[in-house]
Amino acid sequence: MSRRPRAFAVVLAASLSAVLCFLTLPIVAIFTQTSPLELLASLGEEGALDALRLSVICSASAIALIVLLGTPAAYLLATRHFRGRATLVTLIELPLVLPPAVAGIGLLAALGPNGALGGLIEDAGIQLVLTTAGVIVALTFVSAPFFLRQAQSAFEALDRDWLDASRTLGASEARTFMAVAVPTAGPGLASGLALAWGRALGEFGATLMFAGSFQGITQTAPLAIYGTFSTDFTGALALSAVLVAVSAALLLSVKLLGGSAWLGSAAR
Amino acid sequence: MLRVEAALRLGAFALDVALATPAGGCLALAGPSGAGKSSVLRVVAGLVRPDSGSVSCGEEVWLDTARGVDVAPERRRCGYVFQEYALFPHLRAWQNVAYSLRGLARRERHRRALELLDRFGIAHLADARPSTLSGGERQRVALARALARRPRALLLDEPLSALDARTRASASRELAAVLRETGVPALLVTHDFTEAALLGDRVGVIDGGRVIQQGTAAELAASPASAFVADFTGAVVLTGTARPGGAGLTHVTLDGGGIVSSTDPGAGLVAVSVYPWEITLAPNGTQPSGSAQNHLDVEVISITAVGNRVRVGLAAPQPLTAEITEPATHQLDLKPGARAIASWKAAATRLLIR
Repeated sequence: MSRRPRAFAVVLAASLSAVLCFLTLPIVAIFTQTSPLELLASLGEEGALDALRLSVICSASAIALIVLLGTPAAYLLATRHFRGRATLVTLIELPLVLPPAVAGIGLLAALGPNGALGGLIEDAGIQLVLTTAGVIVALTFVSAPFFLRQAQSAFEALDRDWLDASRTLGASEARTFMAVAVPTAGPGLASGLALAWGRALGEFGATLMFAGSFQGITQTAPLAIYGTFSTDFTGALALSAVLVAVSAALLLSVKLLGGSAWLGSAAR
Repeated sequence: MLRVEAALRLGAFALDVALATPAGGCLALAGPSGAGKSSVLRVVAGLVRPDSGSVSCGEEVWLDTARGVDVAPERRRCGYVFQEYALFPHLRAWQNVAYSLRGLARRERHRRALELLDRFGIAHLADARPSTLSGGERQRVALARALARRPRALLLDEPLSALDARTRASASRELAAVLRETGVPALLVTHDFTEAALLGDRVGVIDGGRVIQQGTAAELAASPASAFVADFTGAVVLTGTARPGGAGLTHVTLDGGGIVSSTDPGAGLVAVSVYPWEITLAPNGTQPSGSAQNHLDVEVISITAVGNRVRVGLAAPQPLTAEITEPATHQLDLKPGARAIASWKAAATRLLIR
């Protein structure tokens, strides 16, 4: 036996340890810097609970919008080939790489009072800037691409024969979508949902610029953490701990859901 | 009667076919992969729209590009069995079968699905997921699913190719029985001529998007229209130059050496075809006897057992295959590298103009 394979194994193990330490240390620190009792106590403060409630409501609304509109859109992109499709996909993915501040400015320029569609929205009697609805818009904008991308590749990975078989068995295209495509792409759609939800829960920059940071109206948990950390570090820590727990629970439940689905047992 | 006429261009590939198969009949389209076989099925099912053409099944017109008729796939009532069966992985076997039974109560759908599964002897697998089924079981579920809707036509894409050799024999017997029973026109595609001959009462050889020859399997094997068909049906094809000989025979000087005779007329560049089971082998150096006119000195290249026969690969020097029995192999002491004399009758020798 030569020594080199073993040396390489050591390198691999060392790099994994380094990565693991660096990535988990901040998360562990959130829970170890203060006692659990202190964390619980500071959660009792009104602002913290308001922020958490708002975060859950707004992110859930944004996700519902994204799934309802995004699933058929992703299906179209995955199953039809038309001119300009690649450009379209790139445009939809653009918000992925957009700095949050740019997203915020963009939303203001488009939907703000003086924005491109500002007049139209105002005429419709809708107030977005500095409102809860504005938060939902901002969250939808930044997290939709995460779902769309995942959903599109989930649909693309489907066996086209399944869809064709459904048609020859008397199902319309709409029924094929609902009865075959969505369930078989389920695990992929679920992981897209988890990614998008995680992104929405953590959204900060675009929300701050587009909707502001008013307690109970637009101040989501990340904004509340930013607002309190200079004056009440323990309070900020407590909120962060809850956010970590919620995000981890989200990731875990989706993984479990995806694992228990039919794909988990075996390949087709 | 199922009638199909379709012309379709897909990049460099062009499909241009006209086919018909009567109710209760099975037309087997056989050809190499990429010949356009599956495209024909997809056109019939409405999954692909040809540039021009028509599809009709009995009284129903499913497609007529000239009149702007194009019935949606879900309204064509084709029982389509896909190559890898395309069972829905998230549904149990019975739910796959019941998929097309819409508008019925769940109990009734379950009952009908079980009935169909039972017909294929797999009612006990009704609650199984496709991923847990063997290839043969999947094929039966796929057939039951295709029949559940009482289709007006059956389309089968390589129905046996996803099965292992042992399952294939029993599956093909079952399938032949199903085709006889259903009484609807069936169109089957396969890359294997033997499979086509087994399942189709007529066989069409398709290559490069065109049907080269149609007929019963025996007709195709007996008088192939081209060297491709001859080769495809399993015949040995040798090339050479023909000139008229005496007594109504044609003599062919083979490329690479050797002269053979045929009862077919011909002149100039030809392909000679003969079936491996027509060729007999004799020890090297013996005087050929019997009625065979053609004798070639050959070298044994390979010996492969196929079922109860042995396929002997020969170099004459053009490649040649003889099919003989196992005892004969031992009697002749055939081994790779040994020399022998290959003989066959002039009457079993087909000539095809190149």
